[in-house]
Amino acid sequence: MTEALLEAKQLSKRFGGLLAVNDVSLSLYKDQLHAVIGPNGAGKTTLTHLLSGDLPATSGELWLKGQAVTGWPHHRLSLQGLGRSYQKTNVFLPLTVWENLMLAAQAKDALAPFNPLSWLGRADSKPSVVARAERALVLAGLSASKNSAAAILSHGIQRQLEIAMVLATEPVVLLLDEPLAGMGAAEAQTMVELLHTLKKDHALLLVEHDMDAVFALADVLTVMVNGTVIASGTPEAIRSDAQVQAAYLGEATA
Amino acid sequence: MSTPQGHLETLPRSVQLLMGLGLIALLSFPFVGQDFYIQMVTRMMILAIFAMSLDLLQGITGLVSLGHAAYFGFAGYVLAFLSPADAPASWFITLPLAILTSALLALLIGFFVVRTQGIYFIMVTMAFAQMVYFLFFDNKELGGSDGLYINVRPAGWGLDFENKQVLYFFTLACLVLTYAFLRRLLWSPFGRTLNGIRLNEHRTQALGYNSFNYKLTAFTLAGALAGMAGYLWAAQSGYVNPELMGFHMSAHAIMMVILGGMGNVAGALIGAFGFELFLHFFKDLPKVGEFDLGKHWQLWMGTDCAGGHHCTPRFDGLVAPQRCGP
Amino acid sequence: MDLANFFIQLLNSVQYGLLLFLLAAGLTLIFGIMGVVNLAHGAFYMLGAYMAYALTAAWGNLALAIAAGTLLSVVFGWLLEKILFRHFYHRSHLDQVLLTFGLIYIFEELRSMLWGDDVHNVAVPALLDWSIQLTDTLSYPAYRLFMLAMCSALALALWFMISKTKLGMKIRAGAFNSDMAQSLGINIVRLHSLVFAMGVALAALSGMLISPLSSVYPHMGAQVLIMCFVVVVIGGIGSVRGALTAALLVGLVDTFGKVLLPQFASMLVYVLMALVLLYKPEGLFKQ
Repeated sequence: MTEALLEAKQLSKRFGGLLAVNDVSLSLYKDQLHAVIGPNGAGKTTLTHLLSGDLPATSGELWLKGQAVTGWPHHRLSLQGLGRSYQKTNVFLPLTVWENLMLAAQAKDALAPFNPLSWLGRADSKPSVVARAERALVLAGLSASKNSAAAILSHGIQRQLEIAMVLATEPVVLLLDEPLAGMGAAEAQTMVELLHTLKKDHALLLVEHDMDAVFALADVLTVMVNGTVIASGTPEAIRSDAQVQAAYLGEATA
Repeated sequence: MSTPQGHLETLPRSVQLLMGLGLIALLSFPFVGQDFYIQMVTRMMILAIFAMSLDLLQGITGLVSLGHAAYFGFAGYVLAFLSPADAPASWFITLPLAILTSALLALLIGFFVVRTQGIYFIMVTMAFAQMVYFLFFDNKELGGSDGLYINVRPAGWGLDFENKQVLYFFTLACLVLTYAFLRRLLWSPFGRTLNGIRLNEHRTQALGYNSFNYKLTAFTLAGALAGMAGYLWAAQSGYVNPELMGFHMSAHAIMMVILGGMGNVAGALIGAFGFELFLHFFKDLPKVGEFDLGKHWQLWMGTDCAGGHHCTPRFDGLVAPQRCGP
Repeated sequence: MDLANFFIQLLNSVQYGLLLFLLAAGLTLIFGIMGVVNLAHGAFYMLGAYMAYALTAAWGNLALAIAAGTLLSVVFGWLLEKILFRHFYHRSHLDQVLLTFGLIYIFEELRSMLWGDDVHNVAVPALLDWSIQLTDTLSYPAYRLFMLAMCSALALALWFMISKTKLGMKIRAGAFNSDMAQSLGINIVRLHSLVFAMGVALAALSGMLISPLSSVYPHMGAQVLIMCFVVVVIGGIGSVRGALTAALLVGLVDTFGKVLLPQFASMLVYVLMALVLLYKPEGLFKQ
């Protein structure tokens, strides 16, 4: 049994009287896509915030590549190889696609800000950074939009940029929050193919409502309702789970 | 200013031309201008350095500081303390020291201030600057409200700042160096990250940047450059007082940067010159009958600030940022 | 420091603290509900003081001057909000800084043209112009006690309104989440108008009340503005409870600081603020 790349142990998040995430545990393994599904308000995005370091957990532990990282802020986790895309497109709108990616690609081996060398070099001259950005650009299929400002891109292309930004940091764990949100059929298909390619050498967490995509991609499924995990297992097991059907899937997707 | 602009570093051709012509004009000015005007332009150049230092913080990183003058005035006081009563201080020792101490002050204050956001940041920068102001205002040993005199202007390595032309060219050199440094910074990895922080701090952090460290570094650098300007101001005027660290000085800097256009360094420079010219214009207004227009210059400045901006909300400054891409 | 002295300083602390509270309460609500940075808040304080001076000089009655002055301030605040501030709620902080800084210039200039640049005294009303004898050597001015009572009453009234009335509930809702409050049917435009006018009136009233004690001088607004900001930062934006706690804290630190460590007294309050920022960058009672 290989080591889990990302492991969450009994994570909980409380907002005053509201228990948004209740005692959730899950593990992400290499070459595997773990999908988290559930109705709106189930706490899926909050859980993603806990895993990415955007929110501190009220209780529980987080382990990344065998290292205890509970309470670490997002930027520290990112440097350790954790990447996260957002449900609501969160790119640098006035910048071009290329500039967005360059900023992302630069992060991994950026010099400390108080190092004078980082004040005087040119950001676009480091070959390793340029190569990293180029790889992400091609992988996400954005070559045609390279010099377009992010703000003028269509929604689908923006979602591709959203993923590309994560890819440019070359993480080993990817947390993807509804990457298919608002996409048409063709764009969704492209994205599903991309995600399928990404499975290799990465551990992926996918939060999604698009059930076709979920069942096409997922190796493991976790179902959340009202902050709690009600079922977790292979797609077949989940599909035939009575509790899950009652709470979320219904009879139609049998 | 209502929408963040991404490509502040690309100067329009017209502005590049203007900067070039401006440099030529500045280089030749002392040979044609009278002493009074040489002093006036030196002063404008000093304020331009001050404004550019604020642009690093405000225009590039997006941090609105109402207390930037603290580092400006502090450096002036450092020179005053280091200047012997009847001999010139050496500029090649005191200038670096003044810059260093201003930077340290900025680092210390920045450590507390940079952890705040939005309105809080504006208020605490103002508050800490006032703290420094009161420290000097209330203590006779530090000069008190009367301030301190620098009896002999700095000198050294063949340069004597008592000579107005020498000081002029020295200031011009500092101006050019500051401008070049900051323009370079815009294109650097550090500058790109600051830009990212200004546009979307959350995502910048998500990519792996420790935005606190970046902001603190920017704050400290801006303080250091403000210190350079403050030193030159003290060297020129021969006198420092707490008002140099006060709220009005900080607010003037903000107005200069806004007038010129934020985020591309050139705007701050142009804004500083423009602001001073505006000020002179208002102050020199003639009497209309019994009413001395010039004496009440504050009224016109205030109305211009409040009203002018109200009526032209889309005015992004004299050097409006250029959009890039199709 | 003996007991009587300590008691006097304590009274002074609370009095100063409550005065700051009146100023800061308006400011924190304006910040919290409308999201506006208002650098001119200190100017309202200054204008209040000058109004008290001018009206008392004209009518010879401070109480009447204060009553009239407060009324005038409410109208002034209402007009200012309607004509200017309302259009700036959604602008960037920088725009607001620029606008309100311009206003400071304008108000200072207007004050200069109307009443000159001299320092003026406002006489303590005869009714309160005596002192309570505490010990053989120490006495406490009755006017200060009156101020204490007045500010306490106002603070209580404010607290009552905010926490016990329907209006107060709307204000708190607005401070917590302006957009949400609007979608719940609260007439947000009227609320904004009210809160702003109230803030201006409280600031002017503070200036009027303090005028016999501190005299009336050109830049009195600037000094008090900073203290106000410190109080709001320590207390947390939008929280009236925070403003009260912070104002009293500041009052204590500043007053006792001046007595115990005179050379660093002015700095102590900022040290307090720095400490709060280390652990709670958004203030003690942030909404």
